[in-house]
Amino acid sequence: MTIDTAYVRTEMVSAQPAPRRTSGTWAWMRKNLFATPTDTVLTALGVIFLFWVIPPLYNFFVGHAVFPGGTVEDCRASPDGACWAYIGSEIEFFIYGFYPMAEYWRPNIVFALLAALIIPLLAPRVPFKRTNAVLFFVVFPIVSFILLNGLDIRVTEDSPLFGLLSGMGLLSTRFGLPEGTWLFMQYVPTEQWGGLLVTLIISVVGISLSLPMGILLALGRQSKLPIIKTLCIAFIELVRAVPLITVLFMASIMLPLFLPVGMSIDKFLRAIVGVTLFTSAYMAEVVRGGLQAIGRGQYEAASSLGLNYWKSMFFIVLPQALKHVIPGIVNNFISLFKDTSLVYIVGMKDLLEAVKTKNDALEWASASQSITGYAFAAIVFWTFCFSMSRYSMWVERRLDTGYKR
Amino acid sequence: MSLETVGRDIDRSQMQVSKTDVAIEIAGMHKWYGDFHVLRDINLTVMKGERIVIAGPSGSGKSTLIRCINRLEEHQQGHIIVNGTELTSDLKRIDEVRREVGMVFQHFNLFPHLTILQNLTLAPIWVRGIPKAEAERTAMHYLERVKIPEQANKFPGQLSGGQQQRVAIARSLCMNPEIMLFDEPTSALDPEMVKEVLEVMVSLAEGGMTMLCVTHEMGFARQVANRVIFMDQGQIIEQNEPEEFFHNPRHERTKLFLSQILH
Repeated sequence: MTIDTAYVRTEMVSAQPAPRRTSGTWAWMRKNLFATPTDTVLTALGVIFLFWVIPPLYNFFVGHAVFPGGTVEDCRASPDGACWAYIGSEIEFFIYGFYPMAEYWRPNIVFALLAALIIPLLAPRVPFKRTNAVLFFVVFPIVSFILLNGLDIRVTEDSPLFGLLSGMGLLSTRFGLPEGTWLFMQYVPTEQWGGLLVTLIISVVGISLSLPMGILLALGRQSKLPIIKTLCIAFIELVRAVPLITVLFMASIMLPLFLPVGMSIDKFLRAIVGVTLFTSAYMAEVVRGGLQAIGRGQYEAASSLGLNYWKSMFFIVLPQALKHVIPGIVNNFISLFKDTSLVYIVGMKDLLEAVKTKNDALEWASASQSITGYAFAAIVFWTFCFSMSRYSMWVERRLDTGYKR
Repeated sequence: MSLETVGRDIDRSQMQVSKTDVAIEIAGMHKWYGDFHVLRDINLTVMKGERIVIAGPSGSGKSTLIRCINRLEEHQQGHIIVNGTELTSDLKRIDEVRREVGMVFQHFNLFPHLTILQNLTLAPIWVRGIPKAEAERTAMHYLERVKIPEQANKFPGQLSGGQQQRVAIARSLCMNPEIMLFDEPTSALDPEMVKEVLEVMVSLAEGGMTMLCVTHEMGFARQVANRVIFMDQGQIIEQNEPEEFFHNPRHERTKLFLSQILH
């Protein structure tokens, strides 16, 4: 046989459609479930496992469960079913803690504002992002604090405003304000906040502050200025190497020792600061990983165009670096969300602690009381964390299109 | 490589070299990387409108030299004066120089998360403070000049290497620089795309731009440069007008280099 060394194509082959893939349920099952004997055995084992696991779970959570509206007697009569009636009757405590019942409208407004501001902020298509961000990061915290906390101003003789107000005639009998009336809104000290309210406040504040702080720490760690660099490394390594419980303990017990006598920082605030600082140390290392993925060429191109350090970080380096580490960032957010349950250490009643408290309540004492309580807490935590996870995956996919090769 | 030309007649009427205006002055400049002496006693004066090609074997310090001119690298001894501003560790002066000196890199270094148009307008808007609409007009003008206005809303990753490099050139031009530095602009390109980039560089030269080019494109050097500088071991060992440089090299190292790359 001779080989032709010379060849010239005379006709170009035009593009043809790809061969049709076999589709349909049966083909899918053949390929994924029964491709080999081992696969078939594993599939059978999986089916047996599901048959073993699902019915009891279904019976507990749905089949034999007592739903809201039921009584404690119903729950006692059905020990192998969840006592959702207990959750239904205590739901307000789980959401608001010891917040005064007559004032529930205040946290409700805060919840509504949170939803109304965060959803358009997270949805890329909604316009007015800048206004939205200012509202969320500046106006919302102030409004929320005033709403939740109220102001400690009462109509009393010794109140500083009393003289002024009575001087203006506002306290005349015409207005009928009796002694001791709250002038603004009833003051609700943070000790009375609790439940999901506390969990959400700590996580929203922690999440919004720990990312920027983590970014600053990561940049500081790479700084050429030795003092900044050392401080950042010291902070990160110190905080990362200590359990969160220790940080919270130190914040609640040791911090007051260093403060001047008579001065105290709110327990709730200390918990928030503790959680935020703790997460920001982790965040810093995640962000640093992202920064290292950015090639020197990007920095050089930015410098050669005259962009200074902050501008090249803000416009060029960070957008790319943060995109690389979205999974790590959200990982930290999820941890933070769950770690908020540790604030019980400093005496806060977050969602989990509120559930734990009521799990001992005698009026709902039944076999499934506490397991239902914990299941409820788990479902709430899972819902929030899973939403964060799905959102981050969606963001990753969305940002990815810009890099399509 | 060869001395093959870019393939069209070049209009030299605008390519005037100023007799009095100095663009860059480098005097007695040395640079070390740690203990390694990369640049040794560099003395170079570039007049406004000059087109200088820097050639030499790899590791000879060509790239380092032009990177010193906008202070991507720091020199340890001697002086570099760009447009009357001496480069020191003073950050303000460095930014001043960088605003006036454009740079094109071997690997383009476009910003992959921004569209082509955003790549071009970012620095004019945030460094020069030009209004967005005006910056976009200028950007489109330069995209037309590099012949890819239709790519304005794509991302760098969707463009070919040659197109990306032309965008990189346009990006520098949007800052309206007085001097352009090219660091092996065609070395990372497929052979078929070299020409489209060289074309843009030729037209820049025809517009009277002061250019310093590290390149192995000897055809471009012969056609466009008014001076070729040959470097080896961190030193300038020969410089001359292109005709003389290519046909009558004097230093032994230059002769060897040219015999290796021209065939």
